Amino acid sequence: MRYLLLMWGEERGDDGAEAAGPGSADGEPCWLPWHREMTDHGVVLHGGGMLHSSSSSTTVRTDGVDVLVTDGPFAETKEQIGGYDVIECADLDEAIYAASRHPVALAGGTVEVRPIVAD
Amino acid sequence: MADVEQTVAECFRQEWGRVVATLIRMTGDWDLAEECAQEAFATALTRWGTDGVPDRPGAWLTTTARNRALDRLRRKKVEAAKLQEVAALSALSEPAPWPDRSVPDDRLRLIFTCCHPALTLEARVALTLRTLAGLTTAEIAKAFLVPEATMAKRLTRAKEKIRNAAIPYRVPPAHLLPERMAGVLAVLYLLYNEGYSASAGRDLMRADLSAEAIRLARLLARLMPDEPEAAGLLALMLLHDARSAARLDDAGELVSLEDQDRSRWDAAEISEGIGLLETALRRQRAGQYQLQAAIAACHAEAAQAADTDWAQIALLYGELRRVVPSAVVELNRAVAVAMSAGLAAGLALVDELAASGGLAGYYLLPATRADLLRRLDRRDEAATSYREALDLVGTEPERRFLSRRLAEVSS
Repeated sequence: MRYLLLMWGEERGDDGAEAAGPGSADGEPCWLPWHREMTDHGVVLHGGGMLHSSSSSTTVRTDGVDVLVTDGPFAETKEQIGGYDVIECADLDEAIYAASRHPVALAGGTVEVRPIVAD
Repeated sequence: MADVEQTVAECFRQEWGRVVATLIRMTGDWDLAEECAQEAFATALTRWGTDGVPDRPGAWLTTTARNRALDRLRRKKVEAAKLQEVAALSALSEPAPWPDRSVPDDRLRLIFTCCHPALTLEARVALTLRTLAGLTTAEIAKAFLVPEATMAKRLTRAKEKIRNAAIPYRVPPAHLLPERMAGVLAVLYLLYNEGYSASAGRDLMRADLSAEAIRLARLLARLMPDEPEAAGLLALMLLHDARSAARLDDAGELVSLEDQDRSRWDAAEISEGIGLLETALRRQRAGQYQLQAAIAACHAEAAQAADTDWAQIALLYGELRRVVPSAVVELNRAVAVAMSAGLAAGLALVDELAASGGLAGYYLLPATRADLLRRLDRRDEAATSYREALDLVGTEPERRFLSRRLAEVSS
């Protein structure tokens, strides 16, 4: 099973990447211990990343002919997505475990676990 | 023929959950499992009438349901893997000895999956009643006072989530067990209270919920003998249930615990409850359900209201407060203190609670205060509190009870 982990949080600075991500100790990227821990648990990581703040988002809609481009995220809510990870593991219990150990979750953020439709 | 119908109905109560649970494990398909189980029971109605009731009805029903599933999967030509699994099983000429004690009961997997925290509490309750207890969607809808279509949607959505999000079908591993166990117990307790708090007679379906909850708690306690809280919950339910006949008088009015005719309490349920509780407490892992059962046992063991060991009850509430801190527990402890250490001491605790604001809007706060003031013969203040409680109370029998008390102190 593949799951999309969405990191939700309040945007504090101009840039979600720096603002939402927990600080890194001794120069090691904050997500590295998580990667190691997940790999040890047999969770496969398919990549992910922190996002720039939603003020840098662009929303695109089209009817097939005209393209409507607007500035900003799809929903102007206080909480925004600040990062994501795609993981592969056996079941929801493992995905919940992976989310609960994620640096964003440990720093007080909220992680949404969304199953990805199988190919 | 009527005999066969009765046998099948009895088997349905006993075996439905087991048949469905086994089929879910074999096929991974919840809807298919339910449908095939239903067909197996329908087949039993006709077949048992002519061929007689089989020696092991449960095994017969599971085999029949399994064969149905196999037929259907073949016809639908679903994924090879799923088909293989069932085919392999049906290849066994004889079903496993019944019950097969070498494998964990599938119903345990089922109950833990139904009560998974990733499902809403409403969905957990509905799913448990449908798949494990075998209530129909219509019956569950009626019990929870929602339209059948709403309940059907709730069940469909829950099953979709189990499938799409891959909620595992298993008994949780040891490190998750305490938390998940608490979740299962909470669902069963909620189910019991839904039935218990409804007034008897007016809504029989809801009274049935209590009976289902007891049945499921009994099953859980049997399947998880090393979990004293499971036995504790069953004991708690039995000790409360023992009083149900005395809770309402002949006119259908609510009778307070103090005034209940104790000869109408169910002695068998009380002794079973106390027996279960004593065994559970020996494991020395008293959780909230064992403590609540112990409190219920204190009441059950008092031949008259005056014999109640309120000091012991106050101690138990103190312990319960430590395990599950809550303002409702504090309020109950205040009553026990009032009855053992003195009304004024209890009243002081109630007033402290009121000042903290933790129970604002909860009718039992002014109702308890009113009762203590009534016992202290401070009638005017009692009347004021009864009126406050009447502004907040939810159900009719409780409203009438408070009104009677108000009339008493106002006369």
